[in-house]
Amino acid sequence: MYNSDKVIVGIIIFILFFAMPFWLNFGKAKALPKPELPSDTKECVESREYMRAFHMKMLLDWRDKKVREGQVYYINSQGKFFKMSLQNTCMKCHKSMEKFCDRCHTTISAHPDCWRCHIAPEEVKKWQ
Amino acid sequence: MAISRRDFLKVIGFTGVTSAVATIGGVLIGRGEDILKEIKPASKVRWAMAIDTRQFKTDEDFQKVIEACHKAHNVPNIPDPIRQVKWIWVDTFEKAFPTIEHEYISEEIKKRKFLLLCNHCDNPPCVRVCPVKATFRRPDGVVVQDMHRCIGCKFCMAACPYGSRNYNFYPPREFLSQVNPEYPTRTTGVVEKCILCYERLDEGKQPYCVEASEGKMFFGNLNDPNSPVRKAISENIVIVRKPELTTKPMVFYII
Amino acid sequence: MFEYALKGKPRYWIWLGFLATLILIAFYFWNLEHHIGAGRLLGLHRDLTWGLHIGQLAFFVGAAAGAVMIVLPYYFHNYKEFSKITVLAEFFAVGMVLVAMLSVFVVMGQPPRVFFVLLHPTPNSIIFYDLIVLSGYLILNLICGWTVLHAEYKGVKYPAWLKPIIYLAILWGPSIHIVTAFLLQGLPGRDYWLTAIMAPRFLATAFSAGPALLIVLALLAKKLTGFDVGQKAIDTIAKIITYAFIINLLFFGFEVFTAFYSGIEHHKAPILYLFFGYEGHTEYVGLMWLSMILALIAVVLLVIPPLRRNETALVLACLAVIASVWIEKGFALMIGGFTPNPFHTVTPYIPTFPEFMIAIGTWAVGFTIVTILWKIAISVYQSKEKGVFIKS
Repeated sequence: MYNSDKVIVGIIIFILFFAMPFWLNFGKAKALPKPELPSDTKECVESREYMRAFHMKMLLDWRDKKVREGQVYYINSQGKFFKMSLQNTCMKCHKSMEKFCDRCHTTISAHPDCWRCHIAPEEVKKWQ
Repeated sequence: MAISRRDFLKVIGFTGVTSAVATIGGVLIGRGEDILKEIKPASKVRWAMAIDTRQFKTDEDFQKVIEACHKAHNVPNIPDPIRQVKWIWVDTFEKAFPTIEHEYISEEIKKRKFLLLCNHCDNPPCVRVCPVKATFRRPDGVVVQDMHRCIGCKFCMAACPYGSRNYNFYPPREFLSQVNPEYPTRTTGVVEKCILCYERLDEGKQPYCVEASEGKMFFGNLNDPNSPVRKAISENIVIVRKPELTTKPMVFYII
Repeated sequence: MFEYALKGKPRYWIWLGFLATLILIAFYFWNLEHHIGAGRLLGLHRDLTWGLHIGQLAFFVGAAAGAVMIVLPYYFHNYKEFSKITVLAEFFAVGMVLVAMLSVFVVMGQPPRVFFVLLHPTPNSIIFYDLIVLSGYLILNLICGWTVLHAEYKGVKYPAWLKPIIYLAILWGPSIHIVTAFLLQGLPGRDYWLTAIMAPRFLATAFSAGPALLIVLALLAKKLTGFDVGQKAIDTIAKIITYAFIINLLFFGFEVFTAFYSGIEHHKAPILYLFFGYEGHTEYVGLMWLSMILALIAVVLLVIPPLRRNETALVLACLAVIASVWIEKGFALMIGGFTPNPFHTVTPYIPTFPEFMIAIGTWAVGFTIVTILWKIAISVYQSKEKGVFIKS
């Protein structure tokens, strides 16, 4: 290989540079996010573990079922009916986007674009 | 997109929660589908609408209908007239039916106003051209716009011969004086239009405009000889917009 | 071989820097558009949703397809005079297809969702096919041009596996133009576009404006680097331009005949609006007649053989062809298609400064690619001419 010394140094600099977030945050533990759970109800659409793992997939699934397939209800594992709606089902119990959704999403730098169109409960107040 | 049982078991394994296993049995979205099929049979429904233009007399008659729709769907009120967003609006005979207007038609018709909205064509050009199936025709004939899917290419707006489609040239939330918290808004860069209140149809209700018109608009299943829209069409003289393009509009105007 | 792109005179770097600046300005406006809304920045409106940028798609897809007129005689008819310009034509096509693809991309209201076109393939939509043929043509030309040049660089004949790919690229060329015409010509209610001659006309403009742009660039390269593609090659291309351009004008005449002899108001209206004004709106009358006059000048310069062989006159003729076709296809085609609107009234469209800057930015991307690839190609040819020994 020609110029192997330069190439190898270049590769090392490249790797160090792209691992920057790792170096910058090395050894600094952040507190785990604590999303605020609704106080008046204990039960979500599905079990807590299921929701934690699959809420995003479930929402995408609801979206396609409702908008594209003309279905209205979701039937959970207990046989209960839920209207498939982010604004009218999820956010009726989880009354805040900032205190529920954003807490985890901000920590892990996830940026779902739901709220660019859907109206978060706290945003309704802006219009009243 | 559906979540498989295996995926779920994997995650449960990771989190180490054993008590949750009991609930897995029912975590099958497929099961819900089966039940829903019994509730809402996919029968031969073809939604259509007839507008009795004779009964719409005052501006108030129109405003009631337009406001019912625009308020419920959070349609922004944009002042720029050539970049407005409107799902249902009013225009003259000359503009609504440019291919059949004539100098010597009756003065009364010339002055009459017509409610314009998406025609939910049976042969929709917009659906044909959409590169991502963001706009599609449901089995019951409603031409839906999926604002989650739309990439904003505006091809459908070039294809629609009725000018019924709206592109969000402005961030719509800036132009809403009040919102319906139960319905989403849209974002800049997507196309939107009348969706014939398909969510209400799925729940067995009528579209907002028909409800607000207080009997001046007829709605129903075109395949059912006893439906109000079928009766209205067979008992009156009706026209559709640009019939020569054979897009087969499903909004009929009673003259 | 790529090292040739990294070594150059200051003017090479200044030119690339200038193009990069244009790209950055375009990027700024494009980014701004998605934050404040297209309505505050662009001239587009409800009744005219495809303006300048889709016009650029139509024009530059033509420029790219025009390269076929050079590659086809060389490979199918073994026309040796084109040996030097063939690789240049292929690289030119790469840059032009890129401009065309970017022109569609900047039109998208939701750029992050563009990959949905592949995620939800929709065979009934022409955009889906357009994406396939454009990206296919880009890749084919890059492979063909690069491999042939690399063989030249090493002093060997290009490998045998390339032959079918070259043939495929030639057959692929017209498809990009036909499919782009199909975007427009299959829409009900858009009378200016709803004509079967749209695709043939697109091909005729492509085979005139594309090679014309190529001639201008090749003569410019000759002036700057001393690399000569050969007088005979230029002469032959000029003849191709002459025939294709006259056929294009004939097609336009057919179009006018059909609209006016049939007497159908809706077919006449867009042509009337563009050339004479409609319902008191005369925004583009001057520009359209300018296009016609330029076309006439081009025909005169091209048809008379001594003028066609004169380099200055030929450059002028080529510039006239490019300008005339650009006005008519890269600009007025969109306006004619959308005016009068579905309500048969006129809503004028005036492209704004940011809109032009975004379009110019897309051109700059294409010309950056053409500059770099041509720099490599010309360096390879010149080092061979000088007999420089190349270490392989």
